[in-house]
Amino acid sequence: MRLIPKQIETLWTLFTAPVVWAAHFLVCYIGAAVYCAKPELVGLSFNAVRAGIAAVTVIALSLIALSAWLAWRQWGFGTDDPPHDDPTRRDRTLFQGLATLLLSGLSFIAVIFTAMPALFLTECIR
Amino acid sequence: MSAAVKERSREEYKAQEERLRTVWANPTGWRYWTSVNNFQIGLWYGSAAFTFMLFAGALALLMRLQLAVPDNDFLSADFFNQAFTLHGTVMMFLFAVPIFEAVAIFLLPPMLGAREMPFPRLGAFSFWSFFLGGIFVCGSIFFNAAPSSGWFMYPPLATDKELSGIGADIWLLGLSFIEVASIAAAVELIVGIMKCRAPGMRINLMPLFAWYLLIVAGMILFAFPPLIAGDLLFEMERMFDWPFFDAARGGDPLLWQHLFWIFGHPEVYIIFLPAIALVAMIVPTFSQRPIVGYSWIVLAAVGTGFLSFGLWVHHMFATGLPQISLAFFSAASEAVAIPTGVQIFVFIATMLAGRVIFSTPMLFGAGGLAIFVIGGLTGVMVALAPFDWQAHDTYFVVAHLHYVLIGGMLFPVVAGLYYYYPLIDAKKLSDRLGRLAFWLMFCGFNIAFFPMHLSGLRGMPRRVFIYPAEIGWDWLNLISTAGAFIFAAGVLVVVFDALRPKHRQPRGELNPWNAGTLEWISEPKENWGVRSIPIVRSRYPLWDQKDLARKINEGRYYLPDAEEGWREGLVTSVLDAEPIQVLRVGGTSHVTIVSALSLGAAFIALTFHWWIATALAAITCFCAVLYWLWTGTAEIPEKPEKDVGLGLSLPLYASGPDSVGWWAMFITMMGDGTAFASLVFGYFFYWTIHADFTAGIAGPDGAWSLAAAAMFAAAWALMVAARMFNRRNATAATRGLLVLSLLTTVGASAAGLAGPWSPGMDPTRHVYPAIVWILVLWVLAHAAVGTVMQAYCLARSLAGRLTPKHDIDLCNVVLYWHFLLIAAVITFTIIGLFPAAM
Repeated sequence: MRLIPKQIETLWTLFTAPVVWAAHFLVCYIGAAVYCAKPELVGLSFNAVRAGIAAVTVIALSLIALSAWLAWRQWGFGTDDPPHDDPTRRDRTLFQGLATLLLSGLSFIAVIFTAMPALFLTECIR
Repeated sequence: MSAAVKERSREEYKAQEERLRTVWANPTGWRYWTSVNNFQIGLWYGSAAFTFMLFAGALALLMRLQLAVPDNDFLSADFFNQAFTLHGTVMMFLFAVPIFEAVAIFLLPPMLGAREMPFPRLGAFSFWSFFLGGIFVCGSIFFNAAPSSGWFMYPPLATDKELSGIGADIWLLGLSFIEVASIAAAVELIVGIMKCRAPGMRINLMPLFAWYLLIVAGMILFAFPPLIAGDLLFEMERMFDWPFFDAARGGDPLLWQHLFWIFGHPEVYIIFLPAIALVAMIVPTFSQRPIVGYSWIVLAAVGTGFLSFGLWVHHMFATGLPQISLAFFSAASEAVAIPTGVQIFVFIATMLAGRVIFSTPMLFGAGGLAIFVIGGLTGVMVALAPFDWQAHDTYFVVAHLHYVLIGGMLFPVVAGLYYYYPLIDAKKLSDRLGRLAFWLMFCGFNIAFFPMHLSGLRGMPRRVFIYPAEIGWDWLNLISTAGAFIFAAGVLVVVFDALRPKHRQPRGELNPWNAGTLEWISEPKENWGVRSIPIVRSRYPLWDQKDLARKINEGRYYLPDAEEGWREGLVTSVLDAEPIQVLRVGGTSHVTIVSALSLGAAFIALTFHWWIATALAAITCFCAVLYWLWTGTAEIPEKPEKDVGLGLSLPLYASGPDSVGWWAMFITMMGDGTAFASLVFGYFFYWTIHADFTAGIAGPDGAWSLAAAAMFAAAWALMVAARMFNRRNATAATRGLLVLSLLTTVGASAAGLAGPWSPGMDPTRHVYPAIVWILVLWVLAHAAVGTVMQAYCLARSLAGRLTPKHDIDLCNVVLYWHFLLIAAVITFTIIGLFPAAM
């Protein structure tokens, strides 16, 4: 089994990192909201919620880093400079790689933004 | 070449041109209104949206007059409420969103080098739905029946029939109808951009406008359905007293706020991105160079599209949610500033790198961005929860949202109007009037809205119709009113410029700004979009492919003829735009108008509880849609392939994921699935807010529910089998399986109904039975549509219109069934098992 996926021909890879951001955001929001509404349900402390957020954040960041690496590979490891506007399959692929890489960067920052409240908040105050 | 051969080819060319012109010609006389051509639909759509905007602007001026001086008695409190509600509603739903659909339908086909959108009749349907719904909603104020609870209709005020009257129903039903139109437009745009680009227009060569529109259409698909789900719950409460938002019976007004703003915040970006897309077309033209940082714009569009879904709670900072929830949304609200800023820097970089021509469109574009940046900065302020608690529901927010929307949307749209006006009749708008309009609008806007920051910080709440003299708001409001009228004068100059007769003005050249993108090739006097479908090799083909225009107009590229009398375009592959199919699209038709008007009539009759009229209109609509499908879709071509020119022969028919119809179904069902997910969200929302959300009421019978889930799975399996047998030429078996699946569906529906029916769950008693019933009814309604589809496939098969090789209908119906299966299994397992598991 190969650990690193092969390069595939599809538009969907462009959205990998933002989808990871969205999933991470939903897990954090729903997890915290359900915990604050029904703290007795699982019988854990708020610190456990914070640890959970830390864990999903590490997972999300790792996935985005992987998506970024794949994008970097698709971009030919940065050997060519933009604008990638030749009417060739190669330039189309390079463009996809660069755009995916940029989106991975944005998603990486956005995931960190989302996780930061868990550093400072220690209870379910309203 | 001999003279005779030359002469013959000239004649041939003329004949080709004439055939093409006839096929694409518009009907004359009153039948003109049955046109479905993207050029006309775009123009009507845009004009209607602009007219609604002027109407809503007039309401704003009335409000400004009322607020000009303290203790004014110019308007009554109730009229003022109607005016601000309608102002917000019309600007958002009848101007800001539709104007982009209008511009997209008008511009996209020529920009992508296509002849038409893939579903022109759907575009026409969307326009007529919008037009009728818009007139209904706007007209209500003349009968003193307009909605008056604010444009976001918060319960419990808006669910109270005494306080809100029929206006709330008009809002709910009128806008649901328009939301349907928006989703139809989104389907059209996504399929158009993904599959109908000119050959060679790879995704790295696509105009940025198309990138933005693709993202926006995707956003519509996930943003509008939660509001449709919310509207459904809301209307069930108003019409049948199901207590979704009534706290006394377990409901919660906050659920409406969630559903509304899950729609409402992405909506801001749904409005902003297409407007900025216009700027992304204008800036390169007037900098006379390609955009700097094409990939960065794609980053910004996609990034904003995603992040905008993580912002909705920042409208709810003052509702007492846990602080950690607020903080997540605050963080995402700050993060969205990054991609938004990237676009501004890309534009500045492009201008710095090129030689800027400061034309009227550039003036509006740049002025708009300056205003937008101020609105963006106050946005960063109100995204911080502690500041928002101070500014919430004050004029500070009113100032912020107008800076964002007018700077980020209205100014760019006017820039687009000045830029693209020559496409209508090859005549430019006046540069002098344009500059006058700009300075009136720019100064008037700032004079009107800047003081609102201050009156807000001084504590003036939004939506008050009167205020006393001694609290320091009077001169700020007087200045705002003066500014509003200066602003309005500027808008009137634009309107005058657009409408003044121009027959003395000579027609100018085709590409007056020397732009680089394909839309500037289309000749306003011709209706065919492009004379022949070109091969594109650049982001700015008109700059880089020197003889492109001549060769297109000489019919040297694909499909220069319409010998079989069909309106035809090309379907190309998603990534590299390689031609794969000839797509025959629907032409002029009454059926779109009949469907839209009857659907509108059903919604309007429902508002007034005229049940028989509602039923009649709904049946008419149902028949019209069936007629439309039967006569206008999935036609079996007279031959399998046709020669499209340049030595290429392409198939005329494709089914499954290769066909555009399959993608339209997939996209529609994604939206439908989002609405369903919103209802499921509602179920769990009620679970979180109560210690025991069943309130001791016996839930649906578990055995019946699980039986329903199992039978729906069986019906789905039979459908998949029917598709398989059809492909293997086993027509009789296919028909048998369709009948069997239909019967199983009916049985499954009965079992599903028995679940909540057998314990006698009363939906008016408490929110628990109400949310269970709504989920069950959602699945049953979809099952009913599913049976119609099964019967339709059976009829098509019997009529010889569905064959082993021509199975578009069956493939699309099976796709629908995939989604129905998911909805049924989720619904029946949740309602049957979840209460017991808790």
